[in-house]
Amino acid sequence: MEATLTSLNDTTRRQVLIPGFSRPLEEHEMVINMGPQHPSTHGVLRLELIVDGEIVVDVIPHIGYLHRCFEKHCEHMTNYQQVIPYCDRMDYVAAMNNDHGYAVACEKLLKIKVPERVEYIRVIMAELQRIASHLIAIGTYGMDIGAFTPFLYCFRDRERILDIFEQTCGARLLYNYIWIGGLSHDVPSDFQQKVKDFCKYFRPNIKEVNDLLSYNKIFVERTANVGVLPADVAINYGASGPVLRGSGVKWDLRKNDPYSIYDRFDWEIPVGTGKMGTVGDCWDRYMVRVNEMEQSLRIIEQAVENIPAGDVQSAVPKRIRPDTADLYVRTETPKGELGYYIMADGTTSPYRVKVKGPCFVNLSLLPAISRGSMISDVIAILGSIDIVLGEVDR
Amino acid sequence: MIPQEIADNLKAKFADAILDVKLDGVIDPYARVAPGKIKDVAVFMRDQENMAFDYLMCLSGVDYTGGKLGVVYHLSSMKWNHKFTLKVDVTVENSHVQSVESVWKTANWHEREAFDMIGIVFDGHPDLRRILLPDDWEGYPLRKDYKVPEYYNGMKVPY
Repeated sequence: MEATLTSLNDTTRRQVLIPGFSRPLEEHEMVINMGPQHPSTHGVLRLELIVDGEIVVDVIPHIGYLHRCFEKHCEHMTNYQQVIPYCDRMDYVAAMNNDHGYAVACEKLLKIKVPERVEYIRVIMAELQRIASHLIAIGTYGMDIGAFTPFLYCFRDRERILDIFEQTCGARLLYNYIWIGGLSHDVPSDFQQKVKDFCKYFRPNIKEVNDLLSYNKIFVERTANVGVLPADVAINYGASGPVLRGSGVKWDLRKNDPYSIYDRFDWEIPVGTGKMGTVGDCWDRYMVRVNEMEQSLRIIEQAVENIPAGDVQSAVPKRIRPDTADLYVRTETPKGELGYYIMADGTTSPYRVKVKGPCFVNLSLLPAISRGSMISDVIAILGSIDIVLGEVDR
Repeated sequence: MIPQEIADNLKAKFADAILDVKLDGVIDPYARVAPGKIKDVAVFMRDQENMAFDYLMCLSGVDYTGGKLGVVYHLSSMKWNHKFTLKVDVTVENSHVQSVESVWKTANWHEREAFDMIGIVFDGHPDLRRILLPDDWEGYPLRKDYKVPEYYNGMKVPY
């Protein structure tokens, strides 16, 4: 006798719901996991791709694999200064800039005037770090797309910057160099010469990057007209840094909301122009970084000539105990606007520190610009946003 | 616009929703808004030509202790280059705040983070899930009375 297999004839299918995806999955759609261990996610980021064939319907980022309770730690420190090593570890390829932002915030809270020498050294360090961070962004971006060689060239140059940092404060990655009110060490005696030598050495290498990667046909094919981010969307999503400027918005906190001594230097804000495709595509975001390295060199060259003499620790407070107040201070890191919201309650440790990380915000617009693109384009878009998971997850 | 004008504008439009304004003696001038009105205030501040707060810099959840929670909105305008701060206070028992996700998309992830860490519920948020912690995490770690759990899913937490 023939068996009646009713379950096989049952045409009502189970609805598949994906948390974070607005509707049930349709029959022809598939879920692909990218990460958390994936070479192109730049760390431990997991992307859930909902795909229809090769076309991406939606991207659901899952973050938090690197969550280290930064904000909780800050509340439990015995003083404000102890937070700085933790700031180093947020965006660990741009630690100087993180420290700088936190120091600026605390100095505003304490109403400290920092010596001129400190300000100049900080600016030089921050700009060197910006170049180093952009070199990683450019090198790894090339590697994501399939060009391995530029990565080696970029890291060769980055080594030179790290050597300068190492000579100054002993560390190559996590410096704890910029303190509240000053610096941990003065710079070595040949620092100025070293920085000048670097500028002279590095300027022609920017052209080399352009020759190797920026105008490479394959690279342009992969990045131009991909992941186009219109300016109004970028602003509404709170994008900042090269992601915002790549969309043609001339907005840089070093000029638009100046802190430290950035208002003294002569330099330009590079923006995306749509030279290879559309304004706000991956190529524009990439090119803004290349051009920013040039501008950072200009700032360094102006600053290094004018470092005044002085004691770098004369304004470091013995005891840090700000009055009850809260403030939000934002600074421009290589990735964008890094904001610290610090609440002081009159004790020696912060009551609450909230960090607005530029990578966190920039990553949140990945789904918006990835919809409708190919799977391989998601890699190109993610690389062009340039995230560091240490800062996304904090 | 100077903070005084922004505050006057807000008070003129939302007499009952603006609970408190503090402009002097603080580093960032702020207005305190009723939790059920924050979205209206946000839309007004974004769309008003002379304010044009098009950029949400930061959204922070805060535990003020004593059963009081709060959300702090730091706004800025790219057009006019001015800033203003909004604060919303809620209680632990009733921690509902209107979501501003539809006003500034930045708020999407920031509100999820505030929900994750402080336990503030944003009404009208399209996708209010935990963001940094695992979905099955219990408690809200950035609350001041949070006790670090000894076990997570049966595994001993050694720190």
